[in-house]
Amino acid sequence: MKRKIVDKFMQFLIYSSGVIICGILLFIFSYIVIKGIASLNIDFFIRLPKPVGEKGGGMVNAIVGSFILVGLASLWAVPISVLTGIYLAEFSDNKKESKFIYVLRFLLDVLSGVPSIVIGIFAYSLIVVPMKKFSAIAGAFSLGIIMLPVITRTTEEMMKMVPRTIREASLGLGISNWKTVVFVILATAKPGIITGILLAVARIFGETAPLLFTAFGNRFWHRSLTDPIASLPLQIFAYAISPYEDWHRQAWAGALVLILIVYFIILISRKILLKYK
Amino acid sequence: MKNKNFADKTFFSITRIASIFCLVLIILLFLMLIKESLLAFNKFGFKFFISKVWDPVFEEYGALPFIYGTVVSSILAIIISFPLSLGIALFLSEFAGSKLKEFLSVIISLLAGIPSVIYGLWGIFVLAPILRGYVEPFLQKIFGFLPIFSGEPYGLDMLAAGIILSIMITPTISSISKDVFEAVPRSLREAALSLGATKWEMIKISVLKPAKQGIIGAVILGLGRAVGETMAVTMVIGNVHEISLSLFHPSATLASVIANEFAEATTDLYMSSLFTIGLTLFVVTIMLNIIAKFLVYSTTRKYKKLL
Repeated sequence: MKRKIVDKFMQFLIYSSGVIICGILLFIFSYIVIKGIASLNIDFFIRLPKPVGEKGGGMVNAIVGSFILVGLASLWAVPISVLTGIYLAEFSDNKKESKFIYVLRFLLDVLSGVPSIVIGIFAYSLIVVPMKKFSAIAGAFSLGIIMLPVITRTTEEMMKMVPRTIREASLGLGISNWKTVVFVILATAKPGIITGILLAVARIFGETAPLLFTAFGNRFWHRSLTDPIASLPLQIFAYAISPYEDWHRQAWAGALVLILIVYFIILISRKILLKYK
Repeated sequence: MKNKNFADKTFFSITRIASIFCLVLIILLFLMLIKESLLAFNKFGFKFFISKVWDPVFEEYGALPFIYGTVVSSILAIIISFPLSLGIALFLSEFAGSKLKEFLSVIISLLAGIPSVIYGLWGIFVLAPILRGYVEPFLQKIFGFLPIFSGEPYGLDMLAAGIILSIMITPTISSISKDVFEAVPRSLREAALSLGATKWEMIKISVLKPAKQGIIGAVILGLGRAVGETMAVTMVIGNVHEISLSLFHPSATLASVIANEFAEATTDLYMSSLFTIGLTLFVVTIMLNIIAKFLVYSTTRKYKKLL
């Protein structure tokens, strides 16, 4: 009898943890959605921030800035990590390279666990200090580093999932090695790799910590890529900890926009993956 | 033929160059942190980690308050998150049908996808007022005699940081625990059930016990995330450099002090002290990750061999 009661009780606890996690998400979401919608207006998307203390204005520079930063980061990090992924996948059976590959894979694994704030101060000392100013380039550099381990790993895994027979068929037709890799294996693994890239993009879109001392933020339009640049998460942070009521309102509006962008990217990546599965 | 070989060689050389670039970058990251930390480390030595004084005016730097804040907030997060994550993982692997499983996985990935700055925003304007107005006075009324619940309820404090962190690491711990549970062979479960065990007894004997190492790994991985988490914690922890037993007292963590003070670090020694904190964070999170991955991997591999 006692065993049955304990059993029912534990089952109840397990079921309720499923309910609790849904409740937490709902609790957080309801605030973001309700406060966000109440705070959003056209100005938010088309106006620059107003001077300190003045009401109104928007975050258009931060929204554009975020896209620029993420675009620049992808521009350098995506090719490098896909190429590295190809290398890891193609040479993993090669005896001569095995030590280098082992070390590289380990270090990339290590990199994926490094807190983003640490990557931020690294980019600061490597780029901001020599340039003597905060810049979009430094911000994009630090965001790109965060993308590296994610994309390298998915590229390698997806390429390894391509059946051997496909490679052999291509090579058997006399197609050269590199063409087989690029036009046959990479093409077959493409949906998976794109999913990985999109997930990395979704992640860096919301990153704030690595931008604090690199992109720095800007209340105006940036004049060039070597200038400080605004970004949506940075602006939300600055407004959230400010003492102004109207800025709090805009922070909620920013949060809603940010989360919609991030979820949209994740949604597309899921769609792509499901379509090709 | 020669042409073909040349193109092949060029292409693979390019991939090799990209790989070497990654390798160099990561090594450079480590070396740069060491180089920038040297000044503070030479001056303070290991005393840096046990000194309570953090005083930019007199150029005295010790990281103990931040180490304390990091340890307490992370452990608090694990204490709150662990039972919940375990419940979710068991629900997913032992109870839920495929539809429900899909639904809950989406919920968890949505939670994991929320940027940390939004957690912080929610923490400041939703969680902190609730803690200050209801939860903390309530805890104080019942457990007020305990030193951890003493002092004025503040809202933006250690407790808030622990709760926010616990929500943020739950997706990590629960999804990895689930993977570990699913790696345990079905036959173990069937054996327990056929001997007349109730469902919970079966879970205890043939899921939790064989997966123990993997669960510890998942928890350590969650701990690694909690230790390195910056924005949400910076926004809710109150940022005070004091060591206080009370969870209702504002505190600061290794990550939050970098976020807060890096931009205003005017002297070389100040800057270098913050880099030393960054290096500490780097080393600690790496160790945690390596241990965790080893534990998770060794558990799942053990059962793959059996199959």
